[in-house]
Amino acid sequence: MENTGRPPQILTAHRAGLIGCTQCGKVHHPGTARCGRCGAALARFNTASLQRVWAWLIAGLVVYVPANLYPMLRTTQLGREYDNTILGGVLELMHHGDIGVALIVFLASIVIPVSKFVAISYLALSIPHRVRLPSHRRHLLYEVVEFIGRWSMIDVFVVAILSSLVQLDFAATIRPGIAAASFALSVAFTMLAALSFDPRLIWDEAD
Amino acid sequence: MTATKLPFAASSDVGDLIACPTCDALLHERPVAVGETARCPRCHTVIEAPRALAMTRIIMLALSALILMVAAIFFPFLELEAAGMIRRSSLLDTVMAYSGGLTEPLTIVMAALIVVLPTTRFLGLLYVLAPMAFGWHPARHAAPVFRFVELLRPWAMAEVFVVGVAVALVKVGGLAHISLGPAFWAFVALVIVTVLKDNFMSRVTVWKTLDARRRS
Ligand SMILES: [Zn+2]
Ligand SMILES: [Zn+2]
Repeated sequence: MENTGRPPQILTAHRAGLIGCTQCGKVHHPGTARCGRCGAALARFNTASLQRVWAWLIAGLVVYVPANLYPMLRTTQLGREYDNTILGGVLELMHHGDIGVALIVFLASIVIPVSKFVAISYLALSIPHRVRLPSHRRHLLYEVVEFIGRWSMIDVFVVAILSSLVQLDFAATIRPGIAAASFALSVAFTMLAALSFDPRLIWDEAD
Repeated sequence: MTATKLPFAASSDVGDLIACPTCDALLHERPVAVGETARCPRCHTVIEAPRALAMTRIIMLALSALILMVAAIFFPFLELEAAGMIRRSSLLDTVMAYSGGLTEPLTIVMAALIVVLPTTRFLGLLYVLAPMAFGWHPARHAAPVFRFVELLRPWAMAEVFVVGVAVALVKVGGLAHISLGPAFWAFVALVIVTVLKDNFMSRVTVWKTLDARRRS
């Protein structure tokens, strides 16, 4: 391992002709189907896994559209019905002066999902194409996406709590709208897209 | 806690090597002392972080989480008071909020994310780690159970739910007076316990312990 001015080249299990287990790190000879330590299926990583990422991502994007168009909440007050979409709910919270909470909902329901679509697409595109962002930055992006994705589920929980609390015996009733279901699906699909992405691909650059 | 960089690998016996689970870098495996944190020199992912009495602490925390979950289910969760009427809502009411109509499948999803999956994780961890804490051989099928526990990790969303409760409280704030029931505090405690537990656990360390105990 002589230093020739460039950053030290790190040998990967893949380049050494071996397979590393993504669960427990144990190194195996090629041709081994299952890890001897943890029993996980072993696979040499390849870009074919990106197809699964794209499939989940597109599915998530498709169901994210109705999630924004249809009502998330149906409020009946004094015989009148109001529908609230995701964005409508945020605006209403701002109207009441709850800026902090409006910001949480806005972040969880709009900013995080949209940036997740962009970030996962960027990561998936950065594998076959050369991009300027270095590997460690893209790896950080991947970790953020993986960590933050589940927090988008907040609004689905909020709708459930509101509907269980504000029932028929009050002047107002809150019922969940169909958008809650498609939003939950969208969060699940994008989480699956992030989970299907193999971070080893980020580091495997031909050089 | 000092970060330790594992040295790069030359070519040697496969048994002495470990591949970074995140970036596939090939590293020499060496014993990591208790309290030390071994990170991958390339992607800086924590590979091993053995802690004193980690297994015992994890099973204690998983056990308390289970008890707290039972409390959270059976005690009133939120209490809403408006126009002289009081409505109590339990965790189960919240789960059932989506029943009826087109959102029916969300009932199962809610039950899974808030109650079933976190509980399954706690039970699975107890099953896998309790024999480790006592110094016994691993339980039957401990490996697939632990794989399953790790698979469930992103889908157990108790902490997300707690933030959801906070947001909901502010939303109804103007409409009625709301008080938090004992179940809510049990659930908050459960979230704290879960986060503590996940901090004690390093996946590779658990796998190596399971492996070592099986052979001896
Ligand atoms: Zn393994
Ligand atoms: Zn690494």
